[in-house]
Amino acid sequence: MRYMILIYADEAAMANAPAEATYQMSAAYGAYTEALKKSGAWLAGDRLRPSQATTSVRVAGGKTNVLDGPYADTKEQLAGFYMIEAEDADAAIVWAARCPAASTGTVELRPIWEMTEYLSER
Amino acid sequence: MDSRSEIARVAAEAAARQSYGKLVAWLAARTRDVAAAEDALADAFAAALERWPRTGVPERPEAWLLAVARRRRVDAVRRRLTSEAGREHLKLIAEEMEAGMTDEDLPDERLRLMFACAHPAIEPGIRSPLILQTVLGFDAATIASAFLVSPATMGQRLVRAKTRIRETGIPFRVPERTELGERLDAVLEAIYAAFAEGWSDPAGTETRRRNLAGEGIWLGRLVASLMPEEPEALGLLSLMLFAEARRAARRDPAGDYVPLAEQDHTLWDGALVDEAESLLRRAATMGVIGRYQLEAAVQSAHAARRLTGRTDWVAVRELYDALLSVAGSPVVAINRAVAIAEAEGAVTGLAALYVLGDDKRLDEYQPYWAARAGLLARLGQVPQACQAYDRAIGLERDPAVRRFLQGKRAALKN
Repeated sequence: MRYMILIYADEAAMANAPAEATYQMSAAYGAYTEALKKSGAWLAGDRLRPSQATTSVRVAGGKTNVLDGPYADTKEQLAGFYMIEAEDADAAIVWAARCPAASTGTVELRPIWEMTEYLSER
Repeated sequence: MDSRSEIARVAAEAAARQSYGKLVAWLAARTRDVAAAEDALADAFAAALERWPRTGVPERPEAWLLAVARRRRVDAVRRRLTSEAGREHLKLIAEEMEAGMTDEDLPDERLRLMFACAHPAIEPGIRSPLILQTVLGFDAATIASAFLVSPATMGQRLVRAKTRIRETGIPFRVPERTELGERLDAVLEAIYAAFAEGWSDPAGTETRRRNLAGEGIWLGRLVASLMPEEPEALGLLSLMLFAEARRAARRDPAGDYVPLAEQDHTLWDGALVDEAESLLRRAATMGVIGRYQLEAAVQSAHAARRLTGRTDWVAVRELYDALLSVAGSPVVAINRAVAIAEAEGAVTGLAALYVLGDDKRLDEYQPYWAARAGLLARLGQVPQACQAYDRAIGLERDPAVRRFLQGKRAALKN
């Protein structure tokens, strides 16, 4: 099954972290990504720019609204993601727990709703 | 909260779990319906967990729980909320109460309950959670976090396992001598799994996990006291106590990971080590060696550093040789390779590790990569050591151990 690992982090805390900690975090992510790739679980993954770079777009009543900032203004913001292949939810949780963000912020695990399943379940 | 009231709270909670487990075991042993027994006692147990820390443990805790269970059930019947099976249990409780049962009369059926939970017909992965829930009353969410499973999934698995106990007619009894060895192994393994999950949070930052190590020891004490003639039951308790004794030494004041060989042995809990040693000696007099006694003996060899100032790696290596023959696993093989490296040098140790290299299970096993990295580093094979450290770092979920490995990797370049 495919799963999304969504990484939520406190952006202010990240921005204020000392350089040494930031370097260590980056190295930990590098090692985590390598471990995912070596095990064959890695499908995709990237870091996102801070939420201040977000643009939200909404079309309503024939009018397009373009807004600065994220959809939901919360302390922890979506900061990155991985898409992985895992045997089942248990295996995916093990990978999620290894993600460096799991010990500093929150990691959300969501199964991909495959199109074939979506059509047959509807 | 000051430490004295914290101690009172912990003691009250332990008493509530103790009484609850005895009652669940006693009810379930009669009806084989674990879920209904839990259901009948759920409200009373919740009330005890809430009240006893404030008011103190009642004089007759089991009778208190039964009385509250009975009263709550009557309310529930009025509200038509209770299940048929729950009502049956209520009847059983009522009859027993009327017979004037005292807490001393209540037979301890928890060992039988544990054997039912660890029955071969129950899937191995759910045995430990099942024991934690039925004997100690932990909820599915707490157990789920410790075992890295979602709470909903853990809840479903527990319900399925209880249904299976009822429907397949799994017996609530201590097995006969002829099959006891194997069946007891399953019980001990389930207890050790609970301990190991708690042990993996060395700083004890996550209260839920820290409790599980304590609960594993508590279950180990229970089995050792109910089966004092079983050397492996004593061996497991000894093993857990040796490990627990080192808890405080596993982190330095900054919260960083300290490997066993570098631990300050004055931080080890001497009383626990002594208790573990005496359990191990008592087990050894019974003349039947087994996996847990051997693992405890390895711990004992490490603990000897307290007295001799050094670790006898040759003895450790020999113990792992023996372990490999009675209970071989990749984990044992890795530890053996590390002992070989200490006793005979990194080249020989690395060779022992490479023999395992074909085992696919090791690809995602952090200790394998950490051991490999350490030995490669000792031999000055910097690029290969870096790669192995990276694998270990990427597979680690404890941030303190991750920092430790990153530090080792960074030191390689110098």
